[in-house]
Amino acid sequence: MVDLSVRIKDLVFKNPVLTASGTCGFGEEIADFVDLAMLGGVVMKGTTLKPRQGNDYPRMAETPSGMLNAVGLQNKGVDNFIQNIYPNIKDIDSNFIVNVNGSTIEEYIELTERINELDKIPAIELNISCPNVKEGGMAFGVSCPSAEAVVKAVRRVYDKPLIVKLSPNVTNIAEIAKAVEGQGADSVSLVNTFLGMAVDANSRKPVLSTITGGLSGPAIKPIALRMVWQVYQAVQIPVIGMGGIMNATDAIEFMLAGASAVQVGTAIFIDPTIPTQIVEGIDSYMEKNKMHSMSDLIGGLQM
Amino acid sequence: MKKTVQELLLVENKQLNHDNFKLVLQAPTKLPEIFPGQFVNIEIKKATEIFLRRPFSVLDVDYENNTFSLLVKILGRGSKVLTTYEEGEKISVVYPLGNSFTLPQKQDKVLLIGGGSGVAPMLFLAKICGLPAENVHVILGARSQQDHVNIDAYQAFGNYYFTTEDGSLGEKGFVTHHPVFTNELSTFDRVYTCGPDMMMKAVAKEAAVKGISCEVSLENMMACGFGVCLCCVEKTKEGNQCVCTEGPVFNINKLTW
Ligand SMILES: Cc1cc2nc3c(=O)[nH]c(=O)nc-3n(C[C@H](O)[C@H](O)[C@H](O)COP(=O)(O)O)c2cc1C
Ligand code: FES
Repeated sequence: MVDLSVRIKDLVFKNPVLTASGTCGFGEEIADFVDLAMLGGVVMKGTTLKPRQGNDYPRMAETPSGMLNAVGLQNKGVDNFIQNIYPNIKDIDSNFIVNVNGSTIEEYIELTERINELDKIPAIELNISCPNVKEGGMAFGVSCPSAEAVVKAVRRVYDKPLIVKLSPNVTNIAEIAKAVEGQGADSVSLVNTFLGMAVDANSRKPVLSTITGGLSGPAIKPIALRMVWQVYQAVQIPVIGMGGIMNATDAIEFMLAGASAVQVGTAIFIDPTIPTQIVEGIDSYMEKNKMHSMSDLIGGLQM
Repeated sequence: MKKTVQELLLVENKQLNHDNFKLVLQAPTKLPEIFPGQFVNIEIKKATEIFLRRPFSVLDVDYENNTFSLLVKILGRGSKVLTTYEEGEKISVVYPLGNSFTLPQKQDKVLLIGGGSGVAPMLFLAKICGLPAENVHVILGARSQQDHVNIDAYQAFGNYYFTTEDGSLGEKGFVTHHPVFTNELSTFDRVYTCGPDMMMKAVAKEAAVKGISCEVSLENMMACGFGVCLCCVEKTKEGNQCVCTEGPVFNINKLTW
């Protein structure tokens, strides 16, 4: 038997495959298709203190090997999460992680404090990289001082594993990773979507109501992989890799480049059973290559 | 109804007119119940440049053979490539998705209005709504005679009326110009419509004026089809709602049209 488990601080993930925020709802939405307990973790839809309607339709454009989205963190707010969603997920045997968003540092702190009260939420992913909101979001994640300030503030009120989700829309992602590690982040996850744009030549209008949106899917995979490799070399904390992962081979590539775990996002839209297929695929790869634990794979790039 | 991802067998691919095809897909297991208005999301692997699945509403179901059919109108690259699949090929489908039309009550007289790719759910609804044919009236609109599909298989379930923009078949003009709509609208208990937005909005407007219950089936662009991406939203009186899970069928009372 291969041991697929990985750890972030003292939190154990039964396998290194998680679903990415904004692509699996709160897990319940994909429960028809997959047994959620088969997953290493579920990172739930971006949550904010107050409900948000998100951006106007159209919010999506299909692009070569990927898509742009401009959802803008539509969610029903933390009260709704605690009352109506948490009770349904709290007893599922997987790590349900809240993706925490705010437009000010105070909002990040207040939301984190609310989530901290929930026993069965073992970790948070601090989203400082959403490209689709007017205030906060990515603005925090594109400079070292602002990224440090949010992480420092949240770290003070949160003792459980703190994952910080990084934006790829920066000149040097390793610098940002080092900065948040310096403020006590337990892990970094990357990448969020790349700022992009689509134009309709017939109507001569932008396709998205917001003009720009976030690019995801296989189109971004090589850049995401490069960023994971750079960050892996720069920090000591575990790196969670994502960006265009469609199958087990993609996931293994991220892990060889240094990811301790991966998140699967856009692929779920094509087939919600892909995350569990990836778990099985990693298992058979390990067996075939006579690897026994994930440390044989993580960062195992041969130079 | 539990949703699944399955490889279905294409058992029939029949061209109906210059840009409409009927595709029949067979499930390897017992077919779940599927209702008018519900849709399936299809992977079009043959065209590698098509990344997302494409949604199609169901035209008919045959539980005995575990098959359902779709009316595929060529609108873009995705639908075009889908019509090139051959019988015997496997196609990955996520289904059944979305809500369905509210079925009428026993004494109701209903008006169904379809246009373009919205014809399929109207024919399906006419067939299974459970009313005697004399109480089911269906107006189908198209640009021209050659754009209409043969509906002989559905004749027994209702009274059919056609409109064409060029007058080559039935009444000349849009569906809302047909006398059944202009003169008799207030005699109906319910109106159902599916098709281009402009058409549905025109239908909805009149139905609202006359105070007749009206359901529309929306075709917003989708990425996932099962409620996780939040890309397909429609503004409603209760805020943004997902067309793929809270719809595609909405009562017009709920919309901000
Ligand atoms: C429709 C959509 C919604 C998303 N919403 C969020 C979100 O709420 N919070 C977040 O941190 N990332 C969000 N993301 C980003 C993904 O979690 C992920 O970082 C990105 O899509 C790259 O991975 P992928 O190529 O596997 O999708 C969203 C992505 C998509 C496509
Ligand atoms: S298409 Fe993804 S939520 Fe509706």
